[in-house]
Amino acid sequence: MSILVNKDSRILVQGITGQEGMFHTRQCVAYGTRVVAGVTPGKGGQEMDGIPVFNTVEEAVETTGANVSLIFVPPPFAADAVMEAADAGVDLAVCITEGIPTLDMIRVMTYLEETETRLIGPNCPGVITPGEAKVGIMPGFIHQPGRVGVISRSGTLTYEAVKQLTERGLGQSTCIGIGGDPIIGSKFIDLLALFQDDPGTDAVVMIGEIGGTAEEEAAEFVNNYMTKPVIGFIAGQTAPPGRRMGHAGAIIAGGKGTAAEKMATMSEAGIEVVQSPADIGAAVASVLGS
Amino acid sequence: MKIHEYQAKAILREYGVEVPRGFPVFTADEARQAAVDLGGGTVVVKAQIHAGGRGKGGGVKVVNGPDEAYETARQLLGMQLVTHQTGPEGRKVRRLLVEEGMDIQREYYLGIVVDRASNCPVVMASTEGGMEIEKVAAETPEKIIKEFVHPALGLLPFQAAKIAYKLGLEGKTVRQASKLLLNLFKAFLANDCSLVEINPLVVTGDGRIVALDAKINFDDNASYRHQDRWPELRDLDEEEPLEIEASKFGLNYIKLDGNVGCMVNGAGLAMATMDIIKLAGGEPANFLDVGGGANAEGVANAFRIILSDPNVKAVLVNIFGGIVRCDRIANGIIEAAREVEIKVPLVVRLEGTNAEEASKILEGSGIEMTVAKGLADAAQKVVAAIQ
Repeated sequence: MSILVNKDSRILVQGITGQEGMFHTRQCVAYGTRVVAGVTPGKGGQEMDGIPVFNTVEEAVETTGANVSLIFVPPPFAADAVMEAADAGVDLAVCITEGIPTLDMIRVMTYLEETETRLIGPNCPGVITPGEAKVGIMPGFIHQPGRVGVISRSGTLTYEAVKQLTERGLGQSTCIGIGGDPIIGSKFIDLLALFQDDPGTDAVVMIGEIGGTAEEEAAEFVNNYMTKPVIGFIAGQTAPPGRRMGHAGAIIAGGKGTAAEKMATMSEAGIEVVQSPADIGAAVASVLGS
Repeated sequence: MKIHEYQAKAILREYGVEVPRGFPVFTADEARQAAVDLGGGTVVVKAQIHAGGRGKGGGVKVVNGPDEAYETARQLLGMQLVTHQTGPEGRKVRRLLVEEGMDIQREYYLGIVVDRASNCPVVMASTEGGMEIEKVAAETPEKIIKEFVHPALGLLPFQAAKIAYKLGLEGKTVRQASKLLLNLFKAFLANDCSLVEINPLVVTGDGRIVALDAKINFDDNASYRHQDRWPELRDLDEEEPLEIEASKFGLNYIKLDGNVGCMVNGAGLAMATMDIIKLAGGEPANFLDVGGGANAEGVANAFRIILSDPNVKAVLVNIFGGIVRCDRIANGIIEAAREVEIKVPLVVRLEGTNAEEASKILEGSGIEMTVAKGLADAAQKVVAAIQ
């Protein structure tokens, strides 16, 4: 079992004919993901490696029954692309694009409230259910099917954590990069809830970072609703206040959003918090007694 | 992106928000002239730096007449202004704002930010004008009035009026304050701000409502649609020279105080690398994200930037090659090491696709470096290299 995507997911790629879109579509297909359609306005009727390309998401969904959209659209058009995917009724939109203006994203979130579509990202590596579907830009080979869920605001740090798990023989049910922006479609709590209900997941790794209060909200959720163990790490323990650490959302503002604060709140909520990013795998192994 | 107070006030003025009359100046003579142009009476001379706490740090002076304005400007210009936000080294004052003095009756706080938890803008107000909002939030959170704004509808007139009444305003100042709030929100949206703050907003003796101070931050992600204006508002003097240099190559670099330089791909892993250096007993000299697709050119530029910092005594390269193959990165490092002279110990940790092959390439390159296995090992080795 898994959450969000599996071997039956039917993926469409928005921006499939762009350089990034094309490259990563091929990687997803090579992993075994069912990519059924692409969308690039103006290129409807063409094909990319035999995958039909449509002008609109609606047409792609109607023709191919796609239910997940993977979005590689440049920042000025990405917000519109997400809303188009939601309008076409996909269950899940995964937006990889980095650099979408915050005010565009808050309009997207308002729009999504009226729809059934769940958004992952933007500014994220995407979602993978190992052995079944890779819907994103993460390297597939470091993953292994298994029973640990991973949720992270980062890209390469997630790979680091996954590698530590795989090395210990701890496979993953589903791994999600939720994105490094201040406004994102799905937060820790949304996905913790899904993992809690997923019979295929035994424990969850959550990797947060400085900025905002999403980790604190997650801690409260874990305390109140989670029976499965949660292992956590917060990046940016040494980050200076007031500076944006690469991710638009990674900033200690007005003394709030520090790693120390988040780690303390998470520990109090019963989350197994590790100080060192090198100890994530070992902590999961120890919690699961393996 | 941050801008100066005088620039923020110019934007607010465009949206009908009343600000004191004033002029930005760069020399003491210009300060004298500004005081003359403002009527020759009491003026306020304000240091313009991208940091808060200027008043307490001695960067804001109320003076009488053009001669005093000249003298004060002479003292302020060129000084290292230290505030709680600048760090102990302070920030050099290069620009001043000379403004008319105000007859202040009452002071308030107004701010607009995007609330990350509720995905919408929030307007905040408080009667504790002049105080730091963070302090008010920590000590007396009940004194902060909040109105969450629907992203599509914008701030509604009744919300603005509610804020005004909750601030205790009466009579015609309610209407004035409501109008100001609506205009302020328009300025926030139209300029892709991440923060608009007026602290203090004042009611004057003759019943006007004036923004005595103004702070605006822009959302960097929106810069592509503000190219007509933002480039000229950017003050490179307020930025670290190495950070400006790095930004030219698309590298995300932030200078820190330690001596272990680090080069990492990905922002989260870059932060985590800084953290593990600290845990191993070292101090990171920088944050540097070479980006997801680290190539030879990017690596060479990153080395150049890191090594420009004289505090750097060792460098740790930590790359998790996913889509990018590690052997290519290894070749990039070798190429860069030949191009840029690396005189400090170098520790390299490559993980991911073709990592073993990459280690062999590095070890056989003849370039002096330590190859590390795993995050913890890398951090320990680089810290040991300094001691």
